[in-house]
Amino acid sequence: MTANPPRIIIRLIWTSGLLLVVFLAAVFAGISAGSSGGGMLSVLQVILGKSDPDSMLHAIIWQIRLPRVLLAALVGATLSLGGLVFQALLRNLLAEPYILGISGGSAIGAITGILLGLSRFPGVSLTAFLGSMATLALILVMTSGQSVMKKESLLLSGVMVNAFCSSVIMFLVSVTQDAKLHNIIFWLMGDLSTADIRQVGILAGMLLPCFVIIFWHSHAMNLLLMGKEMAQATGISIKVVTITLLVTSSFMVSATVSYCGLIGFVGLVMPHLLRLILGPDHRILVPACILGGGSYLVICDLLARTLPQQGELPAGVVTALIGAPLFIMLLKKSGR
Amino acid sequence: MNPTIKITNLSHSFGKRKVLRNLSLRVEKGDFFIIIGPNGSGKTTLMKLMAGILRPQSGQIEILGRLNRSYTPKALARAVAFVPQRLPVDLPFTVGETVLLGRAPYQGALGIEGEEDIEIAKQAMQFTEVDHLSGATLGQLSGGEQQRVFIARVICQEPEIMLLDEPTASLDLAHQVKVMDLMEKLKVEKAITVVMVSHDVNLAAMYSDQVLLLKEGEIVCIGSPSDVLSFRKLEQTYDCKLLVDESPLGGFPRVTLVPGRYMESDK
Repeated sequence: MTANPPRIIIRLIWTSGLLLVVFLAAVFAGISAGSSGGGMLSVLQVILGKSDPDSMLHAIIWQIRLPRVLLAALVGATLSLGGLVFQALLRNLLAEPYILGISGGSAIGAITGILLGLSRFPGVSLTAFLGSMATLALILVMTSGQSVMKKESLLLSGVMVNAFCSSVIMFLVSVTQDAKLHNIIFWLMGDLSTADIRQVGILAGMLLPCFVIIFWHSHAMNLLLMGKEMAQATGISIKVVTITLLVTSSFMVSATVSYCGLIGFVGLVMPHLLRLILGPDHRILVPACILGGGSYLVICDLLARTLPQQGELPAGVVTALIGAPLFIMLLKKSGR
Repeated sequence: MNPTIKITNLSHSFGKRKVLRNLSLRVEKGDFFIIIGPNGSGKTTLMKLMAGILRPQSGQIEILGRLNRSYTPKALARAVAFVPQRLPVDLPFTVGETVLLGRAPYQGALGIEGEEDIEIAKQAMQFTEVDHLSGATLGQLSGGEQQRVFIARVICQEPEIMLLDEPTASLDLAHQVKVMDLMEKLKVEKAITVVMVSHDVNLAAMYSDQVLLLKEGEIVCIGSPSDVLSFRKLEQTYDCKLLVDESPLGGFPRVTLVPGRYMESDK
């Protein structure tokens, strides 16, 4: 008998392949749409390098649309992966960086950094990371001693942390006499429009290693679903795995927050949907969340750009419009 | 030859509360070793210390002749497997996937399962008679079936020692016997050393080679069922009235609880 590749590898290739197609389609749609027009065909020509490099469309696609779409993809991937990790670690399907207040903590850190006049990288990214670690510590202290985090205490602590964070943010905003106040507020609501390709490259350089680290721990996340004691007795070093995953995911969430503010509920919608379709195995779900979450935010941003007659919405508004009702639905279902 | 488990001067406290006081004991290879004692006597803590889930605060635990601290987590998991009292029955995996998780100590970080792993999982499920449930999720099963799934999972782990915390606690009579028979079969057929916490002194009498009677973190007595399960020792430890005679099956003691109404005449 010839040795077949293990079933899990075949499944991994299939699901990732399919989602990659979806992802590429979403990216293409994201690049094609925009107020300056350009049909799909001419966009395709630009991408394939068969158009005049001095044309208007060429500049718009390479300098405006592509960075924006890639930023949306990176942020969407990070936030849904972050949701997946927190859901596994806290054994609670409602956990998500935004709901837990980790995004809010990063935002405080980021605004502080902006007000101090730091550059976006590495200054603001660092203060955002410190902010996220502070909220993470706060959440862990509030919920310590519980083997499984109860749904109610999770929500309550999240609401409280969020309320605290927003008042700190409001305070910081109100003492600012910056003419760019509008920008800060727009950024807070989740703004993807400020990207340039160099910044996207820096962000990718920070995020991609995190994706690899998390994928490397995906089977440990499977074992963690059995509870800490049983996972430990199956050969997992709980402390090392938990700390690695928490720090890695907080780092990547804070990095995205420092670039484009608060975009909520992505980490709730995508892991939930993908779990329904693909089952609970994290070795499948981690790559699926990266590709699926990326596609999702690209599409949300596409809607944010094209739905309003004039101007555009922040992408965070669209994700919240979709995510918040789903959250309530999930809460009701899990309460039964 | 080294004992399978050797515990020397083990003490453990949670905050100010001393749970185990200066415990020393040995468990020999292939024994069915049952720990009994009143609530709060430290049974579960002792078990978690043996499983390496808790670190000993003072004293030593040797597993197969080596200090358990000197093992890597994976190596320890290949020697000792553990089934906690509360099973994670909300686990989203199917029965087959759950059992396969037991192969993790033998796999790389990603737990890629080869043909051999799948074959071992299949045999483990046949051993505990849950192979026909392979595609079901845990929530669909009865308590006895769930318990047997998690026993199959630890069989898959191919340990020398199996630790079980009250595996029969929530089961009906038929399932209690089934689980206990299963553990005896593991002991006999696979030469696995079984250590179990139980509240049921009669199950301990029927199945164990060695019984450890704990009270307030100290050893009251350790030895064969007929030595340990004596009227005097049990009455002192549990602080209640009971009768001990020989089981009609012969060869081991039988413990009968005495309801309060039979005591009235003594007053």
